[in-house]
Amino acid sequence: MSVVTNTTTIGAIEAPSRRNTELALLAFAVVIPVFAYLNVGLAMDGKVPAGMLGYGLGLALLAAVAHLVVRKWAPYADPLLLPLATLLNGMGLVLIWRLDQSPRLIATSMRRYGTFSPDAPSQMMYSAIGIAMFVGVLLLLKDHRVLQRYTYISMVVSLILLLLPLVPGLGADVFGAKIWIRIGGFSIQPGEFAKLVLAVFFSGYLMVKRDALALASRRFMGLYLPRGRDLGPILTIWAVSLLILVFENDLGTSLLFFGIFVIMLYVATERTSWIVMGLLMAVAGAAVVGSTASHVKSRVAAWLDPFGCLETATDQNMLNACDQMTQVLMSFGSGGILGTGLGQGNSDLIQFAANSDFIFATVGEELGLAGVMVFLLLYGLIVERGVRTALAARDPFGKLLAMGLSGAFALQIFVVAGGVMGLIPLTGMTMPFLAYGGSSVIANWALIGILIRISDTARRPAPAPAPSPDAEMTQVVRP
Amino acid sequence: MNKPLRRVAIFCGLLILALLLRDNWVQFVRADELTSHPKNTRVRIERYANERGNIIVDGKPITGSVDSKDEYFKYKRTYTDGPMWAPVTGYASQAYDANQIEKIEDGILTGNDDRLFFDRTLAMFTGEKKKGGDVVTTLSGAAQKAAYKGLGNNTGAVVAIEPSTGKILALASTPSYDPSSFAGYSGKDEKAWVALEKDKNKPKQNRAIREIYPPGSVFKVVTAAAALEAGKVTDINAATETPEGWKIPLSTVPMKNHSGGCANASLNEALRISCNSVFAKLGDDVGRDKMVEMAEKFGFNAEQFTPVRSAASVYDKQMDRGGNALSSIGQFNTATTPLQMAMVTAAIANDGKLMKPYMVDKLVAPNLDVIKQNDPEEMSRPVSPENAQKLQQMMENVVSKGTGGNADLNMDGVKVGGKTGTAQHGEKNAKRPYAWFISYAKTDQGSPVAVAVIVEDSEGTNREDISGGGLAAPIAKDVMKAVLKSRG
Repeated sequence: MSVVTNTTTIGAIEAPSRRNTELALLAFAVVIPVFAYLNVGLAMDGKVPAGMLGYGLGLALLAAVAHLVVRKWAPYADPLLLPLATLLNGMGLVLIWRLDQSPRLIATSMRRYGTFSPDAPSQMMYSAIGIAMFVGVLLLLKDHRVLQRYTYISMVVSLILLLLPLVPGLGADVFGAKIWIRIGGFSIQPGEFAKLVLAVFFSGYLMVKRDALALASRRFMGLYLPRGRDLGPILTIWAVSLLILVFENDLGTSLLFFGIFVIMLYVATERTSWIVMGLLMAVAGAAVVGSTASHVKSRVAAWLDPFGCLETATDQNMLNACDQMTQVLMSFGSGGILGTGLGQGNSDLIQFAANSDFIFATVGEELGLAGVMVFLLLYGLIVERGVRTALAARDPFGKLLAMGLSGAFALQIFVVAGGVMGLIPLTGMTMPFLAYGGSSVIANWALIGILIRISDTARRPAPAPAPSPDAEMTQVVRP
Repeated sequence: MNKPLRRVAIFCGLLILALLLRDNWVQFVRADELTSHPKNTRVRIERYANERGNIIVDGKPITGSVDSKDEYFKYKRTYTDGPMWAPVTGYASQAYDANQIEKIEDGILTGNDDRLFFDRTLAMFTGEKKKGGDVVTTLSGAAQKAAYKGLGNNTGAVVAIEPSTGKILALASTPSYDPSSFAGYSGKDEKAWVALEKDKNKPKQNRAIREIYPPGSVFKVVTAAAALEAGKVTDINAATETPEGWKIPLSTVPMKNHSGGCANASLNEALRISCNSVFAKLGDDVGRDKMVEMAEKFGFNAEQFTPVRSAASVYDKQMDRGGNALSSIGQFNTATTPLQMAMVTAAIANDGKLMKPYMVDKLVAPNLDVIKQNDPEEMSRPVSPENAQKLQQMMENVVSKGTGGNADLNMDGVKVGGKTGTAQHGEKNAKRPYAWFISYAKTDQGSPVAVAVIVEDSEGTNREDISGGGLAAPIAKDVMKAVLKSRG
């Protein structure tokens, strides 16, 4: 482990705070979605959308609050994270609002439920709660190292969160995946929060155990195998992720948890053997589940040959999966290089999940290859700033936590975007900030909050050395 | 801990890179394939997103668009006299794609054609609604009506052409269908479509250009043309050396005639009473290769594009002498579309010059600018003017004194030429024969119309009474009359 050096771009000592840079970038992050909103309104109705002023002011207000809090309570934080998250959240609101206007989705909803309620207003509310969460994290968490104390509590909490959807009466089965719980009028996806809590647990656990895991091992066939008692928690995680997959039908979440764990193990122990083991275990788990769960089977079939499987589908589930996949692919393909323009595409043909799981298809169709690449790079930038924060962090816990959170973020992007673009089988997760859904927005704002807290600690100038009473005395004694 | 951190950072970078590459693959490399994929509803959504342009006959649209009050396809196609015009327009259905002119000129009709780019851009600035352009056809409403009415409940087809230009004046096919009945995508439309698909009378088949039939005796005019062109006959009134009971080459079967007086009959007389033996022998004298050459000059063995594609008529290039002799009277495996026989007639009426048949006169932009004007185009010259006139003389003889009397218009200054045909088909000719009639009308200013009529199955008619002269000729007469009348 190295102490902070000046070779990192985030200088540790006497670094400028960059708060004004953040403010300028935030201005862009608000103006761009406002223009996008205007664009959708003009394209769809030929007039300036009525809610434009309110929307713009709302987004600006949220951004301003977040910025002021960062300025006051995390003055040395990374200046890019907040603007990037604001921009993505703002664009997500525009895309959801745009899909709200779709006569097709309205008609489908009317046919199915007899009512239609737009999602953009609730997403706006979730965004506000998300920013509140962000502010809360910064206010309550003065130092991220405090989280170390809650290592084992985190483990319990994350397990409870993950298993909540299986509790009868609380869990809600929505479109085949049991990943929601319903409390009052709200549905919550506890998995999104479990992601954060698990990262805390992993960081705390690995920080303590990393030497044991790295050194107390036997060499076997060129690999360093750990002792059984160190292996225990790892196997537990593997088993839990398989259980999630089997009982909750949530391929994405289990992939994500296992991925984070392997990455953090590797970072903590610096042993490549963990990666090999992790991959082997992932392959074994995937093979077992893939050959038994029909849910996974249809996803794989839809991934391998979406158009072909429309003819060969053996049941309605598989047919739906394949149909969805072809619709998403055609949505991307029809966008081409520059896209049809916001509000002018037909991504609503994907039907009910168009604004949640498949919102990236709207980006693909209406903003085209160019737009999708911009979005991917924006996400990439968030990950990159997170990794930089990990590199700059001075304590191993902070390093592990920052790495865990940004790794989780990167994996989620890959799993979702790769799924909708047909690179890997579709797993049904949501694009952070972009997709409709309260849990996702709130949890990701909390994630950004924690990263900002760690980066603030990492970049904070070292406190001036306390004046030593001895110094005076040595000066007195002169030859 | 920093070394593995950097490696993981690279790994995350690779994940994003993989996504970028995949995105380029989907949105750049496969974009065209996915955009135009048959499963991609966007093509149809786009087709009906705006008011579609119209197909025009005699200055009046025979199609229309109505607001379908639907969230997928904004407009729905309607058709005026749908069954009558279906062989011309084709259909445009929200559920079942489109065909014929509706499909071929889709770009103009939807307004998405590149040639309408300027128009579209201008409309964008003036704030006008996007609208499709029109397709103006060469058809004549009166001729089409006469043809469709004439066919009535019979199965059959009529094609009328203006010989001097190749303009198609009538294109009728029965039984027909109403394209309006499945223009939408509701359950009702599906029912109508399935019923049409299952109908054993094949109402969706465009018999005028897509079905090939044995031509029977009407093919004799081609054989006559070949004999004249090859110099086998110079004087049409001179006796040919054809004994009654002339044997088909490579067999011992004598050629059977349906009427008396065919022994050594002259070409003129042989055509008038439709002697099989004379034409079979002439075809044999001319030889297979010359016969093929003549048939192909008239358009056989090739698809025609009007711009709707027709089936290729057949005159076999490989058959033996016996086959050639039988083919010369329109039997064996000779087969032709009604369009092809109309072309033969038109070429003869036009003094030997065959004009390329077409039915789209011009394409018009929404602002009435002409985007494309189709001009008459010469396709070939199958016979010399002198021989064409001899053929005309013989065909006029058929109408005035022969089997084609039913087509005589009895109008001053109008000469009518024609040829009847009764084509046998089926195993051992067991099926009910097809009744053919080809004819043209001619005035001092040239020929305004040439018609081919086939009546495929004439229920209620005794088998003995099925004949080109009896069934098909009156229809041809009505069509010719309609054209002459509309010319004033």
